Amino acid sequence: MRTAFIETLFELAQRDERITLVVGDLGFGVVTRFMQELPKQFVNAGVAEQNMTGLAAGMALSGKIVFTYSIANFPVLRCFEQIRNDICYHNADVKIVAVGGGMAYGSLGVTHHATEDLAIMRALPNMTVVAPNDPIEARLATRAVVAHAGPCYLRLGRAGEAILHKPTVAFQLGKAIRAREGSTLTLIATGGLLQNALQVADILAHKGIQARVLSMHTVKPLDCAAVLAAAQETSAILTIEEHSVVGGLGGAVAELLMESDVPAVKFKRIGLKDAFSSTTGDQEYLRSVYGLDVAGILRTIEETLAI
Amino acid sequence: MAMRVYPYGTKHAPEMIADLSRRAYEFRIQVLQMVYAHQTGHLGGAFSSAEILTALYFHHLRVNPADPNWHDRDRLVFSKGHACAMLYTCLAQRGFFPVEWLMTFRELNSHLQGHPERQKTPGIEVPAGPLGHGLAIGAGMALAARLAKSKRRVYAILGDGEINAGVIWEGALVAAKFQLDNLKVILDYNGVQQTGTTTKVMPTEPIADKWRAFGWHVVEIHGHNVAEILDALDHADEIHGKPVIIVARTTKGKGVSFMENDHYWHGSPPNEKQFQAALGELQEAVARWQN
Repeated sequence: MRTAFIETLFELAQRDERITLVVGDLGFGVVTRFMQELPKQFVNAGVAEQNMTGLAAGMALSGKIVFTYSIANFPVLRCFEQIRNDICYHNADVKIVAVGGGMAYGSLGVTHHATEDLAIMRALPNMTVVAPNDPIEARLATRAVVAHAGPCYLRLGRAGEAILHKPTVAFQLGKAIRAREGSTLTLIATGGLLQNALQVADILAHKGIQARVLSMHTVKPLDCAAVLAAAQETSAILTIEEHSVVGGLGGAVAELLMESDVPAVKFKRIGLKDAFSSTTGDQEYLRSVYGLDVAGILRTIEETLAI
Repeated sequence: MAMRVYPYGTKHAPEMIADLSRRAYEFRIQVLQMVYAHQTGHLGGAFSSAEILTALYFHHLRVNPADPNWHDRDRLVFSKGHACAMLYTCLAQRGFFPVEWLMTFRELNSHLQGHPERQKTPGIEVPAGPLGHGLAIGAGMALAARLAKSKRRVYAILGDGEINAGVIWEGALVAAKFQLDNLKVILDYNGVQQTGTTTKVMPTEPIADKWRAFGWHVVEIHGHNVAEILDALDHADEIHGKPVIIVARTTKGKGVSFMENDHYWHGSPPNEKQFQAALGELQEAVARWQN
């Protein structure tokens, strides 16, 4: 996803000199071409995320479309006050990019895990929150956030994610992609877990259970119509995210369902329990430890639906 | 009716300096009335910035009140947002919005929020309140101005308590890295912050050496002397290849003897007796500058 993002941004920036990339001294090897070929559109703000975010706000208020770039929770947590007051409050055109969302930086440890970022960003007025599920979505999301005037948070995976969509897939911010048809239950995935959701759907299909699978690449604004349709047309909804169960995709869907007129539907948030992901290991291992691998998701579905 | 402006480039004649010095005291009276009327607001830091803001808005800044968002305007980032009653007063008298708005300061649904907001008040560039944000934002604006090949300048007014914040020094580093000579910081160095003197709360001396060590051109002035402020602003325009900081040595609560250098007056409103006494002193100062 990282490569899809930077290649797309480079293409767009070549044609639009307003596009500026501000990094917090990260992205070695990733941003090199951008830095060398578009030096007037590149700023290294140093290991100083508040400064990076303040600079971005100042440039955006002067007509630029500014991307801040760092890894995991770095571009979100230290500089949250700048994001809230200097970017969101006046709808400044800044896109905050986090590479390595969730537990992508597995063995770097819990300090490098972005596992509350969706909840935190979602709470901000004016903020659009996007967590693509594959490199195709990452490419299309990059184009979409440039076209969208206003603050966006783009939470990417790292590298090597499987391609799950055709390049021609219809992509629109705030509109889920129905990756699999189904009428028994619905799996809603964000931030790189679509692949596992699709594999789970395949296994369920062999058991005669037809799972609808939605890629909810945009967590805010949530595609309410797609969620409510799932609630009416299938008997259970399970959200899947590499993020705390508090306040992210699962929280957003729960809020919507509780306030809707749709009759009760079985519902479960699959994600990290309200605890730190402190086990040592790579992303794949950590997903298995915290029940986000295919087996873990299946286990939760079986427990929830008693199947 | 907006007050007379001495356009950028006007010679600093004694009459102009006296006129601006008198206005700074008139603006203090306005601020005193705003804070007294609503029993809320920050007097000390507003009074210490009176001459600085007056010199900028009535002479040095290239702005257009009829078109507050004119793209080539000079930017003023008022980072010590709590002292905004003085900024509002200057903006109103400069013609950005009706002077009648001033007495609605902090009232229900007022255009004049307790801390400045771009959406509410014409002429405000960025919101402020939590301290420390302004320098990085100013650096971003200065960088964007240079990339646009614009001659617009960026002024960031910081408080001395505010520079306790680490992000200020991040901004100092980045402005020096990019040699942002279109960025000028004015440090309202009044020596007193909310709970005491800066010497006690968080010592910042030797202040000029610190900024020099960060790669800045430093000018130190008496921050209530309008002639020195005007000269320093002109001087700052002649410096190339470095950002400039004007360390303006000021007095918190300047103009009212019992408020000066007393941190009680950082954010406390006066009672009626105190109001009358303060008003009397400020009116005397206005009269002195009239003669």
